[in-house]
Amino acid sequence: MRVLYFAWVREAVGTGEEVVDPPAGVGTVDALIDWLADRGDAYAHAFADRTRLRAAVDQAFVPLGTSIAGATEVAIFPPVTGG
Amino acid sequence: MIRIVVSPDPIDVAGELDRVEVAGAGAVASFTGLVRADADAGGRGVGVLELEHYPGATEAALTALAQEATRRWQLAAATVVHRVGPMHPGERIVLVATAAAHRAAALDACAYLIDRLKTDAPFWKRETRGGTSSWVEAKDSDDTAAARWRD
Repeated sequence: MRVLYFAWVREAVGTGEEVVDPPAGVGTVDALIDWLADRGDAYAHAFADRTRLRAAVDQAFVPLGTSIAGATEVAIFPPVTGG
Repeated sequence: MIRIVVSPDPIDVAGELDRVEVAGAGAVASFTGLVRADADAGGRGVGVLELEHYPGATEAALTALAQEATRRWQLAAATVVHRVGPMHPGERIVLVATAAAHRAAALDACAYLIDRLKTDAPFWKRETRGGTSSWVEAKDSDDTAAARWRD
């Protein structure tokens, strides 16, 4: 599964994109974030305040409780500020 | 006709407005967003504004919004052009243009597109003031503006 990070989340994690292979029990975006947060201090810090995070699964905006079953791409980012 | 452009190039407003004057259109409305200098408490204005986006997902989100606006207001044309990368105060960030048979549909659809773009398209702004960069925080007022279009 490809995981993408944008804006300050990308800077905090230290990469814009990585390929990960979470265990079968990681079934939602929230669970994926929990699993990623265990990978190190940078991740734990980036994901500490869940209210500041938004996500997309296969390029569609979704709530953090959404399933990632079968997903090929998950993106984690702050609330958007375009326009 | 739907036209979506996400690019680092400057926005050609006149050219884009010409393009939405299509057959069946009796009214064209547009919104242009510019980079503001917005001085902070220390009097330091924005020197550079940088726009990051999510390639692929950005175009898909803007296309979905334009399709929804076209359906809701029977638009003859809808264009969204959004600049990305570094830009400076006074430069254009975004252009929305809509064409419909009559003005009310063109004006409402234009407002809808810019309001929804603010909350539904994956762009992030970072501003630099006096050598210090920071990510722009999302505003609750943008959510409120987008929410008024829910039917």
